[in-house]
Amino acid sequence: MRPFALKCKVNGLDMEREIPSSRSLLDFIREDLGLKGTKEGCGEGECGACLVLLDGKAVNSCLMMAVQLHGKELVTIEGLKGKDGGLHPLQKTFMEEGAVQCGFCTPGLIVASEALLRRKPDATLEDIKQELTGNLCRCTGYEKVLSAVEKARDERNA
Amino acid sequence: MEKLSYVGKSLPRKDAEIKATGAAQYAADREFSGMLHAAAVRSPRPRIKILSISDAKARKVPGYVTLVTHKDIKGVNKWPVVMQDYPFLPEGEARFAGETVALVVAGTARAARKAASLVEIKYRELPSVDDPLKALEKGAVKIYGKDNVISSFVIKKGSVDGAFAKAAFTVEGEFSTNYQVHAYLETQGSIAVPEAGGGMTVHSSTQCPFYVLDAVAAALGLPYHKVKVLQTVTGGGFGGKEDVPALVASHAALCAAKTGRPVKLIYGRKEDFQSMSKRHPGWARVAYAADRNGKITACRVKYVLDGGAYSTLSPIVLWRGTVHAAGPYKIPNVDIETFAAATNKVPAGAFRGFGQPQICFAQESLIDELAGKAGLDPVQFRLKNLLNPGDRTVTSQRLKSSCGLSELVQAVRKRSGWDKKAGSPRVRGDIASGIGFSAAYYGVGLGAKGRYLDRAGAYVNVYKDSSVNVNVGNAEMGQGALTVLAQIAAETLNAPYESVRVEEVDSSKVPDSGPTVASRTTLMSGNAIIEAATPIRERVFRTAYSMLTGMGADASEKMIAAGGVFSMGGKSVPFKAVVAECWSRRLKMAEQGWYAAPRTTFRMRDGQGDAYVIYSYSADAAEVEVDLKTGVTRVKKIWAAYDVGKIVNPRLALGQAQGGILQGMSWALYENLVYKNGIMVNPNFTDYVIATTADKPEYDITFIEKPYAEGPYRAKGMGEVPLIGVAPAVANAIKNACGARVKSVPLLPEKVWKELKKG
Repeated sequence: MRPFALKCKVNGLDMEREIPSSRSLLDFIREDLGLKGTKEGCGEGECGACLVLLDGKAVNSCLMMAVQLHGKELVTIEGLKGKDGGLHPLQKTFMEEGAVQCGFCTPGLIVASEALLRRKPDATLEDIKQELTGNLCRCTGYEKVLSAVEKARDERNA
Repeated sequence: MEKLSYVGKSLPRKDAEIKATGAAQYAADREFSGMLHAAAVRSPRPRIKILSISDAKARKVPGYVTLVTHKDIKGVNKWPVVMQDYPFLPEGEARFAGETVALVVAGTARAARKAASLVEIKYRELPSVDDPLKALEKGAVKIYGKDNVISSFVIKKGSVDGAFAKAAFTVEGEFSTNYQVHAYLETQGSIAVPEAGGGMTVHSSTQCPFYVLDAVAAALGLPYHKVKVLQTVTGGGFGGKEDVPALVASHAALCAAKTGRPVKLIYGRKEDFQSMSKRHPGWARVAYAADRNGKITACRVKYVLDGGAYSTLSPIVLWRGTVHAAGPYKIPNVDIETFAAATNKVPAGAFRGFGQPQICFAQESLIDELAGKAGLDPVQFRLKNLLNPGDRTVTSQRLKSSCGLSELVQAVRKRSGWDKKAGSPRVRGDIASGIGFSAAYYGVGLGAKGRYLDRAGAYVNVYKDSSVNVNVGNAEMGQGALTVLAQIAAETLNAPYESVRVEEVDSSKVPDSGPTVASRTTLMSGNAIIEAATPIRERVFRTAYSMLTGMGADASEKMIAAGGVFSMGGKSVPFKAVVAECWSRRLKMAEQGWYAAPRTTFRMRDGQGDAYVIYSYSADAAEVEVDLKTGVTRVKKIWAAYDVGKIVNPRLALGQAQGGILQGMSWALYENLVYKNGIMVNPNFTDYVIATTADKPEYDITFIEKPYAEGPYRAKGMGEVPLIGVAPAVANAIKNACGARVKSVPLLPEKVWKELKKG
């Protein structure tokens, strides 16, 4: 198979790469780019651990091919930053509220929440609950996750 | 009570930032130069005689390196768990569909998986058993020992027949529960790295690094000092990373030993479902008798667990279930018989609650029925019979202090508005609302059956810059051990919390500390840290005192040590300066600590004696809505109260409680792993459903901290109690709402609907 000449933006930087056209987006991110914050939890789009932002929308990177990134902008958990270049507001609220336990689902949850708040800055608790149904978490019982997203929403809108 | 600076406070999690930023390195995230990848070749059928294994086709996959079979095992081909019946790789017979038969090593994970799918196993199918009750029948196909019984226990006290004959009220029922899949978001994984001189370093996602050490040393035939186990950041365990990570790590190590290269073995979700441990399916026949005053006089239990193809942890899971089988009540006459039966299915093992949730569902459902027969409210009935300090359990163990069960029940009763709600379930349209109750107890630690493993070590090292490093043998798996143990170390040393770091387990730095299970980590590792830190504390405190008096402090006043500062008579000195002074005085600033659990007296013969050293307690009330047309149940709110001794970190404890409740609720209502003819039908998150944000109930959680004098800062154990009583509370609520008594978990809509149709 001929390699594909991929042009895209990853976490704010322009990038050109030759990749096998059969490469999944998740494998591209983890293996080719070495960005290990994006996790594989199920490999079939059920758990949300591999969520990344593609042109600002949350997608399951295990269900996409890397070639679909062509001409687009990818943001992974490593690319989410606060205005000062430090922690992103959602990262802060997840830490403060105790929404992080084993942490394996955390990057995906933060990415999903960021996509929601960009799309719907005044998302209600019900909106947040519905949006995050695609992100499985086995540790927290979700209570603190929801309060972390609500807190970040309120701070953003303050 | 002493004034505490760090223990009892919701201090920030030590590992939150690396996890929230994606920087935390789980097993799959680690890379080594020259690393190869392994994938498992699995048995396709429930029970087979392996005739041959061929990699002829697999060899054609680019990057293929080698096939690893039992012939490559240099050590002993027996995985050392409890009974040692599980080979690392099968030699003749494979006993469940999904069992690893061989491993393929290749240059990439993709190539390894592709090649593994091309390995051909020639086999003859053997007769198999998939039902645990049938396995116990006379004439069943013999698949394990002489009678398919992996393990069996009894508790016998008083005269049960006599008590039933004289009883005013009796109830009896058969109950069953299905598997529960751990569904930790991080699948199993390990990397084995060969070391110069014939050693092996293993990076493992595990709750039990020392089980991994035992297994890798056995598989490779190496002395322990040539094997090092480094626990990687572990993405959830819940019991699912107790025993089986040792098998995964041994497989990686066998591949690394054969190739001389680092080998990574990361499980896909499907194979993780098919081959890793589960909560045992349970079956129980339970009967209770009570006198005319509503006092329970007798309990009879037959309890069977489906152990699967190998014994793994079944004996100790069953034993815990046995001890707790009658519930947290004063019962003078008891006859409990329990069995773990072998079947040709995935070996079941540890899962939060460890053999208790299955039997708790049965007995707490029946306690409600018994209350009904006695004409008493379920809470009133429980209060009459609950264990209080000074009472004896069914094993005749006298409970001393630190038993707050009645207070928990009262707290949940009050907070849930029980008295108003329980008597008047509501129906609005097709929706019936109801409330249900349960009470439970949980022996903290390994107890009599695991007493040889019930010890833990710690190493505390105060560097001259005053930063503190702590090594323990119990693992962080998400529950917050690194944080809670750092709080305990900081408290003992009066070191600033920020300056204390607890490391993930390195098996070469601390002695074997047993498994990270049984809600024992805070208690065992916490006490080991206190033992290690205490002599350092004495040196630090003496030095601080002499520094303060040297500064002219009034020595008639008491020195106060709080928040990392020592002060006396208006003068103060920070921990950092005191440590520097200790070092300049050449004091010993590193120590080992050790804690072994006190003796237990339990006798296996009749199940009498002290089973566990101390118990934690829970009370739950669940409020549900049942759709009378469909049988669909929705849990609206769960009120829970726990006595787990002193709470070291309230925010983390709340996280354990909420997470445990949802896991229990998810098992109670949704989780349904299906086997057909010995083959798992739904090994994925599409068809095996776990609770999401949309299913989450409201939580109302209360802690009543009954201090445990032997515990670190009076703590007991937290991890498991939140799950145990949830399913029966939900089942009792369904009954309260609509009259349907569903006797099997999960409480699926069709089961509720069927009961409703019966009317």
